[in-house]
Amino acid sequence: MSADITKIFEGEVVTHARVRDVQLPFGAGTLALITLDNGFDHTKPSTFGPAGLTELNAALDAIAERDDIVAVGVTGKPFIFAVGADLKGVPLVSRREDALAIGKLGHDVFRRLGELKVPSFAYYNGAAMGGGVEIGLHCTYRTVSRNVPAMSLPEAFLGLVPGWGGTYLLPNLIGAEKALKVVIDNPLAQNKQLKGQQAYDLGIADAIFDAADFLEESLAWTARVLKGEIEVKRPEVDKGKAWDDAVNMARWTLEGKLHGAAPSYVRALDLVAAAKDRSRDEGFAAEDEALADLIMSDELRSGLYAFDLVQKRAKRPAGAPDKALARKVTKVGVVGAGLMASQLALLFARRLEVPVVLTDLDQERLDKGVGYAHGEVDKLLGKGRISADKANRLKALITGSLTKDAFADADFVIEAVFEEMSVKQKVFAEVEEYVSPEAILATNTSSLSVSEMASKLKHPERVVGFHFFNPVAVLPLLEIVRGEQTDDAALATAFAVGKQLKKSCVLVKDAPAFVVNRILLRLMAEIIQAVDEGTPIEVAERAANPLGLPMPPFVLMGLVGPAIALHVNETLHGAFPERFPLSEKFGKFVAAGKRGVYLPDFTLDPEAVELFAGGDRPSTEEQVLERALKALAEEIRLMLDEGVVAAPEDIDLCMILGAGWPFHLGGITPYLDRSGIAEQVTGRRFLEPGVASLPA
Amino acid sequence: MPRTARDVVFVDGVRTPFGKAGPKGLYAETRADDMVVRAIRELMRRNPSLPPERVDEVAVAATTQTGDQGLTIGRSAAVLAGLPKSVPGYAIDRMCAGGMTAVTTTAAGISFGSYDVALAGGVEHMGRHPMGEGVDPNPRFLADKLVDPSALVMGTTAENLHDRFPQITKERADAYAVRSQQKVAAAYQAGKIQPDLVPTAIRSAEKGWGLATEDEPPRPGTTMEDLARLKTPFRVHGNVTAGNAAGLNDGATACLLAAEDVARELGLTPRMRLVDFAFAGVEPEVMGVGPVPATEKLLARNSLTMDDIGLIEINEAFAVQVLAFLEHFKIADDDPRVNPWGGAIAFGHPLASSGVRLMTQLSRLFEERTDVRYGLTTMCVGMGMGGTVLWENVNWEGAK
Repeated sequence: MSADITKIFEGEVVTHARVRDVQLPFGAGTLALITLDNGFDHTKPSTFGPAGLTELNAALDAIAERDDIVAVGVTGKPFIFAVGADLKGVPLVSRREDALAIGKLGHDVFRRLGELKVPSFAYYNGAAMGGGVEIGLHCTYRTVSRNVPAMSLPEAFLGLVPGWGGTYLLPNLIGAEKALKVVIDNPLAQNKQLKGQQAYDLGIADAIFDAADFLEESLAWTARVLKGEIEVKRPEVDKGKAWDDAVNMARWTLEGKLHGAAPSYVRALDLVAAAKDRSRDEGFAAEDEALADLIMSDELRSGLYAFDLVQKRAKRPAGAPDKALARKVTKVGVVGAGLMASQLALLFARRLEVPVVLTDLDQERLDKGVGYAHGEVDKLLGKGRISADKANRLKALITGSLTKDAFADADFVIEAVFEEMSVKQKVFAEVEEYVSPEAILATNTSSLSVSEMASKLKHPERVVGFHFFNPVAVLPLLEIVRGEQTDDAALATAFAVGKQLKKSCVLVKDAPAFVVNRILLRLMAEIIQAVDEGTPIEVAERAANPLGLPMPPFVLMGLVGPAIALHVNETLHGAFPERFPLSEKFGKFVAAGKRGVYLPDFTLDPEAVELFAGGDRPSTEEQVLERALKALAEEIRLMLDEGVVAAPEDIDLCMILGAGWPFHLGGITPYLDRSGIAEQVTGRRFLEPGVASLPA
Repeated sequence: MPRTARDVVFVDGVRTPFGKAGPKGLYAETRADDMVVRAIRELMRRNPSLPPERVDEVAVAATTQTGDQGLTIGRSAAVLAGLPKSVPGYAIDRMCAGGMTAVTTTAAGISFGSYDVALAGGVEHMGRHPMGEGVDPNPRFLADKLVDPSALVMGTTAENLHDRFPQITKERADAYAVRSQQKVAAAYQAGKIQPDLVPTAIRSAEKGWGLATEDEPPRPGTTMEDLARLKTPFRVHGNVTAGNAAGLNDGATACLLAAEDVARELGLTPRMRLVDFAFAGVEPEVMGVGPVPATEKLLARNSLTMDDIGLIEINEAFAVQVLAFLEHFKIADDDPRVNPWGGAIAFGHPLASSGVRLMTQLSRLFEERTDVRYGLTTMCVGMGMGGTVLWENVNWEGAK
């Protein structure tokens, strides 16, 4: 059986199980120490594929036969313990029996560590994820290093369950409440990781040691445990009401956040719930089944596709010019001193560590803008995120000027002034008076044409769009817009700066509202139209729930600001009037100065309801959703045909990183494909079967 | 204000097990700085009553101070060991006597009143840093006949010693070496060595993680016949072999020194008191004779004779060099005062680390031999030097 799956995982980077005898201190005897090592340095962490598991199994065969050892230990190569299953072969699994075999193989090998004649010890010396954490859970005891930067059971985040013992062993070790933090809550919170200390505090490890001599101290501790000098005490797990309460609480949270959209979380929760009363065999068998079901699910395939986009495509943007063309940026100018300008100034100063000068015509606004950035620096200092010296340095880097001659030696000037073409054109013309001909002029416009903005300049080839997402310090996406005249050097510089800013950059054509806003607005336009026609706001708001988006449409609108949404809507209406109609009611709603449809207590604002009232063709939730998805399919196909981005992958990457759209949808195009909507609306799929879905 | 010298005591010493240098040795893939760090951390752990911030200096010796033995290794090891950043450190070099010099220098600082507590140690990873790595001898050494051309090759200086003392034959040297191996084996058997060894994690890409728990160089069963068969690599038909000399080794040592009153204040238990030390120079081509003038100078200054010395820990770079010392002081080749638990011919001699090994062993011998008041640690040094440190047993029964 494992021969079949080994074939599927052809080319596996095999994690070897190196076994070496260790003479334990204090005369405690010989320990067989297994080092998990794939032969590469820490930049290529060790994972478990069929060949690696088979090798580990053989090592355990040899160990099981020995009578001269008192214990077995497992640890990893420097900085890495093990980061779980090798997922590279999973997209190629096409039969459920193979999926089942993967789960069983992992269980069959790992569980031996808990079933040897002698006790076993896991020494979590570095990053441990998924199966990496699980192999340790099978051991009798665990130690963890204080410098472990990341420990997690991220499976549900990807579309799986911790299916090599995690959902059974962890709750039975530390109780359901704490286990669910690791199995459900952390994956749900953008795949949050535990530090070594947190893993120890949760009870995952029995002891914690400094990194400097972690292995030596772990072995000394092992010797003392074996000699009975240290008694390992673990709090008793409450298998009564506390367990059920924790499960119920998690279920309630999941329902509220995902509305059943991502099956992996529910499966993981069900397994934890049942782990209370199951035997080890039953628990592991249930994990095998869940794993097989999920591996054969489109949600997982989409999740793996999304993971790959974020891990790889986000780091090597499609269509970016040769980075050797990039120019050095030693000083940055920011035109404007509003909130966005201040946020940009702070980001540039923190990441580029070069002088950043803000300009504004008004001293008071300027002082406020610089003051805001300095205040944010102080906040970072207060939180201990930066040192006092660093705070001084950053504050010294961020200055203000009433005149644009301060930009004279800047290599990169970004404008964040009022969203109006004439204003932006005037600002760029003024800046051009002072800066060198090579200096990059960037615009943070969310919807105006970059080409038009550049058109009246002496050097239009230096203009690029640099579209951030609010809050700029948090959201990882940066849409880099190439105008008609933008040259490769300017574009390469923009990508280099974007990378230094630690943003994931996507190259976008100069098209109305670029990618994320165009898609969100198309969705919003459909929702508003439905409301316009008489669909109650709450019905329209719930319509997208089955997708498991991070927030419902009207909540998102409230966050972005209705006025901004309307502005982008107007731009898009100008370009594509049929698909982006202007709602009279929405116009009135914005004109009324409404910040959203909800009151501070999250109930619907009766005035908002009134402003949208009057339609006589209400839709059901299902109808609204269908209409919205069809609109998305249509719009995305048009965008690809227009060449707004290079491929559907870029659309998905933008929606994942810029709007937080979930992995189980694969962004959005995998979902539109698997639901049949893409073919229904556009006559074709976005991605070939197997790319982000089960193979045909 | 008149200044009073303070007594300095040796509280505790540890070392990593010593390994054989080279690609097959224990530490082939282990960093030198990590080895020192391990020794320092264990020393601190063994003396929990010492608040880390009370350490005033960390002096670490290495002969080759580049790569993982560079970067001012005393300071970098202190930081890596997790000592408070307020604790300073520096690097020391006197080749084989580096560790010894780390001790005498910091001890002098303590005595002067500038430090209360100091850590001193040494490291040499001769696998990663072969002897003579990166050296660039000044051409004037030879042009101006400042030293003999043989002075820079330690094995050749040992052959030169055989020339100077023809009565020290290869057979005597081999016999001494066999005894050293036997004494080390016996000491191991009796559990004398193990308490001060720090088990040290070692990694090999091929074998995975392991733990060094014992010295790798000793060859317990060595016989005269075995030694007779060895080559004399430094001179055709010569006397010096791999069997009657210390090998090429990897290892690190560290010890804890304190002003005697401060040790008392902090609840640290001293084992021996520093009486005095001396270094002396000799012709570089016979560097092995260095301990003789150093010891003469020291004994004379303290109005002592060799008869007052109950224990001698002499580094065994070469058997001939030990024998030259013993002859000079009219001590028998097998005098039980000398290296009772064996020496570097068996343990190994990771250059700059060895001085502290001698002291740690002497301090343990003092604990057992309360009848002994004075002991010496002494060693020869490349470029023609010797260093000797005179210690007093704090547990000497005569004081009670």
